[in-house]
Amino acid sequence: MDLWELFLSSIGPIALAGLTGTIPLALISFVFGLVLALGAALMRISEHRILSAVARVYISIIRGTPLLVQLFVIFYGLPSIGVVVDPWPSAIFAFSLNVGGYGAEVIRAAILSVPKGQWEAAYTAGMGRTRTLTRIILPQAARVSVPPLSNTFISLVKDTSLASLILVSELFRTAQQIAAFSYKFMVVYLTAALVYWVICLVLSLGQDALEKRLDRHVAR
Amino acid sequence: MSHADRQRAVRSSAPPLLTARELHKRFGDNEVLKGVDLTLYRGEVVVLIGPSGSGKTTVLRSLNGLETPDAGVLTLDGGPEIDFVTPPSKRTRFALRDRSAMVFQHHNLFPHLTVINNVIEGPLRVQRRPKDEVMAEARGLLARVGLSDKENAYPHELSGGQQQRVGIVRALALRPDLLLFDEPTSALDPELVGEVLIVIKELADEGWTMVVVTHELAFAREAADHVLFLDGGVVVEEGPPQQLFTAPAHERTRRFLTRIMRPLDGV
Repeated sequence: MDLWELFLSSIGPIALAGLTGTIPLALISFVFGLVLALGAALMRISEHRILSAVARVYISIIRGTPLLVQLFVIFYGLPSIGVVVDPWPSAIFAFSLNVGGYGAEVIRAAILSVPKGQWEAAYTAGMGRTRTLTRIILPQAARVSVPPLSNTFISLVKDTSLASLILVSELFRTAQQIAAFSYKFMVVYLTAALVYWVICLVLSLGQDALEKRLDRHVAR
Repeated sequence: MSHADRQRAVRSSAPPLLTARELHKRFGDNEVLKGVDLTLYRGEVVVLIGPSGSGKTTVLRSLNGLETPDAGVLTLDGGPEIDFVTPPSKRTRFALRDRSAMVFQHHNLFPHLTVINNVIEGPLRVQRRPKDEVMAEARGLLARVGLSDKENAYPHELSGGQQQRVGIVRALALRPDLLLFDEPTSALDPELVGEVLIVIKELADEGWTMVVVTHELAFAREAADHVLFLDGGVVVEEGPPQQLFTAPAHERTRRFLTRIMRPLDGV
């Protein structure tokens, strides 16, 4: 088969696997991960020592161990203690935990980057800590965290290829299957790379648009 | 009522709005307050002056719970004594904040909210007053400081003087018993200082109770009923402005006043 034809015939299934596997996997994990990240960031900066310590340990474990190992512990490890999780939930679980750990540090730094005077102005207006956070601090921290969180998201999209190793039929696993049939590794894997690249390009454009939107109120 | 009349009237009338006794505060090795007393009557303007590091801002911030003194007693409007030997509860700190409002050196406006939303945030969401009333009052206050046309602007679109006037309006909208000003003009370009001081002076003349930390001695002389000169964490001297500025009793006060009014003399 001609290489160009192979490219044309493989890009369809690979892109489809991106749409049905990679993108939903990344999107769902990112949303759960952000919730975890926000929670962990708030725990980390709280004055409650135990909460803070728990968050610190969680972040340390996530950042200090390979994602692939985390994935294997959940998918291949947990069954040995009687917990069997399907490929998809395993992947979402692992990726969410991962985003949670990295995102927590991003959000913590963003919260700390908001000047102390903002807290004080809110307090003197009678606001409590929770209201100050939600109304005053987090909206400002959100702007600061867009670029680093976009990085996290883009990394996540690429990291979902690891899910092929726990049998999730996402983009890369589909590419592997096509390559195994055709033996044209170069073309097939370059096609896979191209699709990842296009997805990440779109995400970068989204990041730019979001930054512009959030920049409306801020002097630059 | 002339200034002197008002001053006589307040100092002699009923119990003080606020008394602070023997405030002590230490930041690490640095003892910034070494026993400061302050009495504030309703309708009175008290101005704190002194060199930087003298503790005047810390005194101000102790009055609304932004700082917690290590020792000392605070009484607000005949309420229970707050003895700082035991750290005050959250409720106590909130009670202090609810009675006062603060204008900051760096305005601390909320950059993501428009001018009007900066002003109504507290009255609407914390005090839960009706929106119509809050909006009308906020617009009235913006009009009186000449910023009616800026209500939908964002803080970064305003000049420093305008930002600080919004800061003042935001404080007034809370209807506090006590206004606290923390060096409200120190961060402004010199040509913008006047427009802010004029507003504060008007509020003083209207009978708002306020404590002002400032380096603007001319303003202190004009607007204050009572001036405290702090140095090294103690009140070195206090009294009505005429007395303190024209006939300071202490050498430290004299030196400070000279340094500010004639900065080139020592050169």
